[in-house]
Amino acid sequence: MKTMGQQPIIRFDNVSKSYDSDTVVLKNIQFSLERGKFYTLLGPSGCGKTTILRIIAGFEKPTSGDVLFDGKRMNDVPANERQVNTVFQNYALFPHLNVFENVAFGLRVKKRREAEIRERVSEALRFVNLSGYEKRQISEMSGGQLQRVAIARAIVNDPDIILLDEPLSALDLKLRTEMQYELRELQQRLGKTFVFVTHDQEEALAMSDEIFVLDDGMIQQSGTPVDIYDEPINRFVADFIGESNIVEGTMIEDYKVKFNGKVFDCVDGGMKPNEKVDIVIRPEDLEITAVDKGKLVVTVGTQLFRGVHYELSTTDRDGNEWLVHSLKKAEVGMEIGLDFEPEAIHVMRLNETEEEFDKRLEAYGDDEHAD
Amino acid sequence: MQTRTRGSLIPYSLWIAVFVVAPIVLVIYYSLLDLNGNFTLDNYKNFFSSSYLTMTLTSFWYAFLITLFTLLFAYPTAYLLTKTKHKQLWLILIIVPSWINLLLKTYAFIGIFGLYGPINAFLEVFGFEPTQILFTDFSFIFVAVYIFIPFMILPIFNALDKMDRSLVYAARDLGASSWTTFRRVIFPLTIDGVKSGIQVTFIPALSLFMITRLIAGNKVITLGTAIEQQFLVAQNWGMGSTIAVFLILIMVISMLFTGNRTRGGRVR
Repeated sequence: MKTMGQQPIIRFDNVSKSYDSDTVVLKNIQFSLERGKFYTLLGPSGCGKTTILRIIAGFEKPTSGDVLFDGKRMNDVPANERQVNTVFQNYALFPHLNVFENVAFGLRVKKRREAEIRERVSEALRFVNLSGYEKRQISEMSGGQLQRVAIARAIVNDPDIILLDEPLSALDLKLRTEMQYELRELQQRLGKTFVFVTHDQEEALAMSDEIFVLDDGMIQQSGTPVDIYDEPINRFVADFIGESNIVEGTMIEDYKVKFNGKVFDCVDGGMKPNEKVDIVIRPEDLEITAVDKGKLVVTVGTQLFRGVHYELSTTDRDGNEWLVHSLKKAEVGMEIGLDFEPEAIHVMRLNETEEEFDKRLEAYGDDEHAD
Repeated sequence: MQTRTRGSLIPYSLWIAVFVVAPIVLVIYYSLLDLNGNFTLDNYKNFFSSSYLTMTLTSFWYAFLITLFTLLFAYPTAYLLTKTKHKQLWLILIIVPSWINLLLKTYAFIGIFGLYGPINAFLEVFGFEPTQILFTDFSFIFVAVYIFIPFMILPIFNALDKMDRSLVYAARDLGASSWTTFRRVIFPLTIDGVKSGIQVTFIPALSLFMITRLIAGNKVITLGTAIEQQFLVAQNWGMGSTIAVFLILIMVISMLFTGNRTRGGRVR
């Protein structure tokens, strides 16, 4: 749509942030965001995701490094002069103004003509399905409606970038799922760059074009939801995204990995012989079978019915826990066999950087993700 | 339950009856008497004469100035207080002077402002002739503002402290400069605190009398001073009461203006 060439709409160039010498919040953050995509910053609380958002918004300055919008350095541009609008965690709607005036705030500040304000506000409210609520007070609106007002207040200004700071966390589960669809659809209709912050991995997987997984002030891994789910770079990411069985193992040679005292075929390679590695197998990739046919033999500890599947907590003979998602039922206390495909085994090197990881994936690319 | 709640209201009702209703009735009663104790409306007629009206206006003017300057000092102070690290400590330090007797503070200012006081001594160092600061409009308003500031800071501080910080970020995010953010968000959201502050400043300022004598040297005649003089000097209780009736009326009106309906106060 716009002809800004190849410039990323936002670029973080080696950005660090610390409040004093002891509290380092961000460490050498480096990324580029393309125009019109839905990005998610995902991580546990205190990982620095909100700080990144606040730096983009202009509420915080990086201690070192540069923030660039369309190639222009933005470090010293105050929040009110940026083409960025935020949907805040608790909505931060103005309680002394009604719905119309809340949405109109940005336009009024920019001294737009009254007719234009009317037109754009009612269009924004129509966009979020709140036509007819103009005269309502903020205190008269429900959580989901407040959420929409907050979104309307951001999009009415036609910003280049929309930031969303855990905007769904205050909603109940059903509404949250609905809003996930709506936000994703909204982003595609508007074609704006969305930067979404959350600690909820399901939200991140459902909505994003690209996810940045953060921990301890560093980007652990970035990629599409499928990439990150299928090929987590390390124990943290595997554990944080989805449910995982993680065990320690040894890489015998390319495509051969040893864990639980047995050697299995796998699709990974590029490690040193006999290198210590972490193994991930997702619970849904484990299949219940007879004891003599199973690659692993485990005892069923507990079994929970989760609606679509049963969730089994099992233990193997070495005392490792294996979580299994299965459509089949099992008997608690019984021994069962677990079967899995070589593709289900995901091998992670300890302390591998994202660059090394990507290079190795490409060389030993097991499937379609190695693009 | 019903009777018990009603029973517990008795001390309060008695208090109100004896110390609020009865005095007001008495004041109205006396305002209808002349010097010899006969019923008359002359006092009210006199009140609308030019001298009393001028006095009322002067009283208003000074109360307005005092309230304005108190607000101008108190608001930024309260705002800075909410941003400090140990805000409760700073708040206490500001409130402490209000515990000291008004008369003592006033006498302290007589010393400070006097011809041989520290201010004049300081000015002399720079070669200025000592000037009389006491008994001027400036000294009167200065001392009054000093006395009222803690009462103004407190409600404004509470309102600012209660306000959601993220609203300020939201305003900035939507393109508002610091000044616009203040004008369109911070001030409107703390207006209740400002109103309470004005109430506790403006109304007492209307009836100030002691400071007018000690600091302003009786050059400033307010409604408060006039009442005092009518009762104690002229011994004209009727006229004093009439002025008091108007003072009460003015108070009620100004409470209506600054009243806060949502808080469900006594003011209707």
